[in-house]
Amino acid sequence: MNAQADTATQAGEGEYNFAYLDEQTKRMIRRAILKAIAVPGYQVPFASREMPMPYGWGTGGVQVTASILGRDDVLKVIDQGSDDTTNAVSIRAFFEKTAQVATTTRTDEATIIQTRHRIPEKALKEDQIIVYQVPIPEPLRFLEPRETETRKMHALAEYGLMHVKLYEDIARHGHIATTYAYPVKVDGRYVMDPSPTPKFDNPKMHEMDALQLFGAGREKRIYAIPPHTAVESLDFEDYPFEIQKFDRPCAICGAENVYLDEVVLDDRGGRMFVCSDTDHCEERRAAGHTGEAGGIPLKGEETAR
Amino acid sequence: MSAKPLPDEEPLLRASALTRLYGERIGCRDVTFELYPGEVLAIVGESGSGKTTLLDCLSTRLAPTAGIVEYRMRDGTMRDLFRLTEAERRLLMRTDWGFVHQHAADGLRMSVSAGANVGERLMAVGERHYGDIRGTALDWLSRVEIDESRIDDTPRAFSGGMRQRLQIARNLVTNPRLVFMDEPTGGLDVSVQARLLDLLRGLVSDLGLSVIIVTHDLAVARLLSHRMMVMRHGKVIETGLTDRVLDDPQAPYTQLLVSSILQV
Repeated sequence: MNAQADTATQAGEGEYNFAYLDEQTKRMIRRAILKAIAVPGYQVPFASREMPMPYGWGTGGVQVTASILGRDDVLKVIDQGSDDTTNAVSIRAFFEKTAQVATTTRTDEATIIQTRHRIPEKALKEDQIIVYQVPIPEPLRFLEPRETETRKMHALAEYGLMHVKLYEDIARHGHIATTYAYPVKVDGRYVMDPSPTPKFDNPKMHEMDALQLFGAGREKRIYAIPPHTAVESLDFEDYPFEIQKFDRPCAICGAENVYLDEVVLDDRGGRMFVCSDTDHCEERRAAGHTGEAGGIPLKGEETAR
Repeated sequence: MSAKPLPDEEPLLRASALTRLYGERIGCRDVTFELYPGEVLAIVGESGSGKTTLLDCLSTRLAPTAGIVEYRMRDGTMRDLFRLTEAERRLLMRTDWGFVHQHAADGLRMSVSAGANVGERLMAVGERHYGDIRGTALDWLSRVEIDESRIDDTPRAFSGGMRQRLQIARNLVTNPRLVFMDEPTGGLDVSVQARLLDLLRGLVSDLGLSVIIVTHDLAVARLLSHRMMVMRHGKVIETGLTDRVLDDPQAPYTQLLVSSILQV
């Protein structure tokens, strides 16, 4: 992304440097990103800055986005697959204000997609970058609380402990009950937390055409998966990795083999299952697909662009 | 129980002039000995005599100030332990060695099930079949006399004696050749101690394990070990076959130690 050294956005009051962060900080973050790309799956420490939002709201992802953003980029921000929930709306507005870049909700128009916990249903392309917001980058954390020890385990590729967690799942629930933040091994080397995306999205990370960047602001770590890199979900020979399956299509657009959200409709048990990826759903609606609730006038229809 | 070491005449572990200082103070000084395959060596002495420092140096948990510890690897070569890479050393610790801590909580993962505790080492060396791991864990639980129905309970729900037995199973699952034990019966009541010692004695002779056991309890040393070293102020003051040392102590301190046992 043509990340030329930018100065102030425009003259006038309340001036920001382009994309909020100062150039020195962006360089520092870009160096961390380059190192992360060179060592796929390795968590690179970086000097995370205070951002004008609370930790846990995507401070890591925002810093990564800010340092790779150029004037010609088109930004899309999603929160749990949706373009119109709080986190997505406010981060999009943040970059509209501080960088004046074009934004979109269309997956294929975007050059940078910042995401909280989903990967779009539509396959990403070579000229796109997806930036994940990561709350806890260390996949071994809950079994080994010592950071000194987990770093050593990564350095020596001692990953038996990760399988202890999966073993516990099977022993307690009869199957691998981890459904999100499902650990993966990147390029046959580093075990990595894919951020709390549903495991449904794990296969999309494998050999993805787009560059994948991960930013954890509070934990001060950046990691990456370069394009066309093997990403393998950990499992047992007799309990292979499986993604979630849904027994019905999206109620609005009729899509199958997509990740669905449950929406409660009333207080009498009414509910429907709809695409979590709102853009994917809208696009299918526009192409004439309808689901079982297709006749119901939906909020999206009046405001559809 | 002073069985002769196996015909294998090469030592498994050799310590030469091993010294560990804590600043001015002495942890242990000039300790030299050899351990042969299948041999059980007890290190006895009062509290503060340097037993645990010595054990930690031998097991590479602590770097010695001077001296060498060599170990015969599975391929038969004698290697200086402190010249191994960290990766080699850690691999050794979780495959060819075991370490039984005095407090089971130090040696177990208290928040995961007994089965996972036993299976961890297997998974660490690349076992990826759940059924096989569980089968091995069940086998080991029964060998240390833990009921198979407890496999999915966490060690928090176990008694002190059960925790200690679980810790032993967790260490032995990869068929180590050398096990270090630091007061394995400390903190257990007497009847539980007796049962644990009995179990240990059976396992050690069945598996042909070499053991270095630190204890202040001479009864434990008599029951388990072939040979013993008596330590005081960081130095080895007497060494010999267990029966000889206990029945005919030579050093004045050992005489005092032996005679201080209540004769019931």
